[in-house]
Amino acid sequence: MGAKQTRSEHDHQDLVEKTGFSVEQIQNLLKRFQQLSGNEETISREHLKSIPALANNPIRMQIIEAFFDKRNQHGNELGSYEEIGFEEFLMVMSHFRPPTLTTTTEEKETMRKEKVRFLFNMHDTDGDGKITLAEYRKVVEELLSKSGTIEQEAAKAIADAAMLEVASTNVPNMGPDDFYEGITFEHFEQILKDLEMESRMHIRFLDVNATKVHCGK
Amino acid sequence: MNHIYTKRALSVLIICAFLSLPYGSSGEAPPKPGEGVTILSPVKPDNGPQVYPEDEKSNLPVFTMDYPRIQIPFEITLWMLLASFAKIGFHVYHKITIWVPESCLLITIGLIVGGIMHSVKEEPPAVLTSNVFFLYMLPPIVLDSGYFMPARPFFENIGTVLWFAVVGTLWNSIGIGMSLFAICQIEAFDVQDINLQENLLFAAIISAVDPVAVLNVFEQASVNEQLYIAIFGECLFNDAITVVLYSMFSFVAEMPVVDPVDVFLGVSRFFVVGLGGMGFGILFGFVAAFTTRFTSKVREIEPLFIFMYSYLAYLVAELFAISSIMAIVCCALTMKNYVEENVSQRSCTTIRHVVKMLGSISETLIFFFLGVVTITTEHEWNWGYILFTLLFAFLWRGLGVLLLTQIINPFRTIPFNMKDQFGLAYGGLRGAVSFALAFTLPDHIGRKQLFVTATIAVILFTVFLQGISIQPLIEFINVRRTNRNVDTINVEIHSRLMEHTMEGIEDLCGQWSHFYWKDKFMKFNNRILRRIFIRDRRAESSIVALYKKLELQNAMEILDTVPGDISAAPSLVSLQDEKKESPKPKKIYMAEDLKNMHNILSKNMYKIRQRTVAFTSKHALPNDSQPREILIRRHASIRRSLRPGILQSTMVPKSQKYFSLPAAQNLGSKYPSVRLSYADDHETMSDVAYPTRRSRFSHPKRSSSGAMMPLHRLGTLKEVPSTDVLNESEGEGGSKDCSTPIDPLLHFSGWL
Repeated sequence: MGAKQTRSEHDHQDLVEKTGFSVEQIQNLLKRFQQLSGNEETISREHLKSIPALANNPIRMQIIEAFFDKRNQHGNELGSYEEIGFEEFLMVMSHFRPPTLTTTTEEKETMRKEKVRFLFNMHDTDGDGKITLAEYRKVVEELLSKSGTIEQEAAKAIADAAMLEVASTNVPNMGPDDFYEGITFEHFEQILKDLEMESRMHIRFLDVNATKVHCGK
Repeated sequence: MNHIYTKRALSVLIICAFLSLPYGSSGEAPPKPGEGVTILSPVKPDNGPQVYPEDEKSNLPVFTMDYPRIQIPFEITLWMLLASFAKIGFHVYHKITIWVPESCLLITIGLIVGGIMHSVKEEPPAVLTSNVFFLYMLPPIVLDSGYFMPARPFFENIGTVLWFAVVGTLWNSIGIGMSLFAICQIEAFDVQDINLQENLLFAAIISAVDPVAVLNVFEQASVNEQLYIAIFGECLFNDAITVVLYSMFSFVAEMPVVDPVDVFLGVSRFFVVGLGGMGFGILFGFVAAFTTRFTSKVREIEPLFIFMYSYLAYLVAELFAISSIMAIVCCALTMKNYVEENVSQRSCTTIRHVVKMLGSISETLIFFFLGVVTITTEHEWNWGYILFTLLFAFLWRGLGVLLLTQIINPFRTIPFNMKDQFGLAYGGLRGAVSFALAFTLPDHIGRKQLFVTATIAVILFTVFLQGISIQPLIEFINVRRTNRNVDTINVEIHSRLMEHTMEGIEDLCGQWSHFYWKDKFMKFNNRILRRIFIRDRRAESSIVALYKKLELQNAMEILDTVPGDISAAPSLVSLQDEKKESPKPKKIYMAEDLKNMHNILSKNMYKIRQRTVAFTSKHALPNDSQPREILIRRHASIRRSLRPGILQSTMVPKSQKYFSLPAAQNLGSKYPSVRLSYADDHETMSDVAYPTRRSRFSHPKRSSSGAMMPLHRLGTLKEVPSTDVLNESEGEGGSKDCSTPIDPLLHFSGWL
């Protein structure tokens, strides 16, 4: 146990640098990882699917997929893993770190871009760098799937409207016969530039070993 | 053109000012209307001489006048009208209201009127006594603020809010008090007779940030949500501390020596006051919610309950000398959710309107009277004391904010940066509450007049100087602003997506922040509280009644239709080929469509980390586009006319934007693929209140209440020019250029 601990501490130092978490946060996440994986080394999709709280989330599958998506590992690979280890788990989580007082503006920009990229990857399931209408539709359908009474056509309509918006914002002078291929990352960023992501898309990772109630957002 | 308007406005104002003269001519200041109803005996007609009974018969008086009898209500009404005219007057000339907040303008008008009255040596109506202020004028404003408080940001930030309210006010009071006491020691200022307790008392009065003034000013400056909530919450909740400090110090001011016991008692009194206020508020809120469960037969008086219970909460709190502001705020917060589900649509609208109206009129009157009374009271001016008061008020607030944010920032996810802190510090305006408190100072305090003058000076200074300059300063230093309008569907979709993702990830990594407690509370709420408080509407047979009502509305809308006035569907050319991967975007999305899409997206947000209306404009009602349980049947004929090809049909009425199913189709069925038009595609958009209502109705019509909304057509996407004809006569049309990029199509104040 002793040897294992020193090894894991050493690893954690690496992870601290790579992901930006603090050592305590990493330890907490490690505990959670072990809980999820049943104390094994890797997690597979089934482990994540079995989380009960996640069952009600309409975009559960996308979220789970996101963890296995290689593109979220800050690298350039495509495709997805079958199983992920702790490091990959952490890398995905690191997308959601909140900015602190010491984060500079450039860092904030980078973080925002990461978050947008995360969302983009959630849409773009085939990895071709564009969100096509079908992919968008799928996402919207999933989003609305829990309500039950929305028909497919309604979801389609919304997705179409959204695509149309993107098209007209980014390619305003399209003729009636032009073909809008799909949303690229730049367009995606453009349409989301008004969204206050910094203040909302983050998780407060615990620093200490207890569930504290914090004072405010 | 503007000159004409300004002249007209000015003349209106002057006329109103002269209208105020008759008050003086009534002879004496009217008795306080708050003190019960005094029925003045009518003045006898002086036709018949009383002293010398004469032989002649006295004639029947044809025309008599009895002013004293109606004097009080008459004057109140006239004052209210005067203040309201002033308000109308401001908005005639737009540029003023952009730069100068309304509170300043109202005070100015009050000053003018006061000056006029003073010059004719008349007394102001003695309506601005503390009693009247606290019992009649303040509650509506606080109710307004509490009722429209954005609940979700508030609860997320509750720690910060309470921290600033309690500790901040305490810090301010003690700091200002102490430093003023130090100043008093200096002989040059001739204020040596003010002892420490009196200084502390005075400091307690002026350290409270005032909700009325602050909200009025911050309304314009759309700062970011965190800052807004912090200051909003602070000014509502610092009342608890103010009450305690005020009573404590005024009690102590009489005594020469302060025991430690008193300090301890003061602390415990704080808890009594604060928690008691909240407790009473929540209690009354629950009672109100429970009452509305049974009011289905008496719809007309439903709004009454809201007002009566809130006011009762306020008065009971005043009875026990605990924080009445907190009571009414908590009452409003508590009862809002349950009540709005129980009452009818109309009652809900009425409630909101009346709350806004009362709040608005109270605020207007308060500032107005502030101006009037400023002129007409006796002042005792002392340069040193007053200037130092101003200085210290500002200084200690700045220091306080700085220090407190340093302490609380580590606990916040989104820390306040320096600019936010500046906004917080600079936005600490004092207002009418301080003023009224100053008037209630016990008379045994020797320097009461000085205190009153100093309070007025601080109020005027902060309201005018800080109020006017805060907007440009905020823009200048570029405080994080918020974008109140969600413009596009994409943003909407992605906000939802983001929220779901975040919830999922939180669940996944097992680390919850305040969402955890919120979840717990929501579960408790759903399981227990809602069962008690909300009438189970599913059992209601009011569907039929509702249905008929909406039928009627529908019919009226059809009759109202201007030819060419558009509804969504007909102008849309749907996706012809569903087979194509990426179709050519040929569609035209009308504003209503998008609105309804927004509606769908919002309603179907699962597991409500519910967004309540985040921002409401102070002077407007929140745009409540959450559809209610509205069933509308679409006329078969209209639907039949909805075929592709009859796009330009001008018969198509506004009801097209109601989404409903075609007749004899149920919700569960698939659409015939022949239907290409969009209106049908939207038909299944259902509303939130009936998620389980998928049973087959005989007339399965659903709609969203998009139809109820005033059309905000600011610009539409158009790619097919042929439908221009339909839009030309649209009154509120925006630009119709084909190549226009998306404008902010919809004004949603609540989609953040």
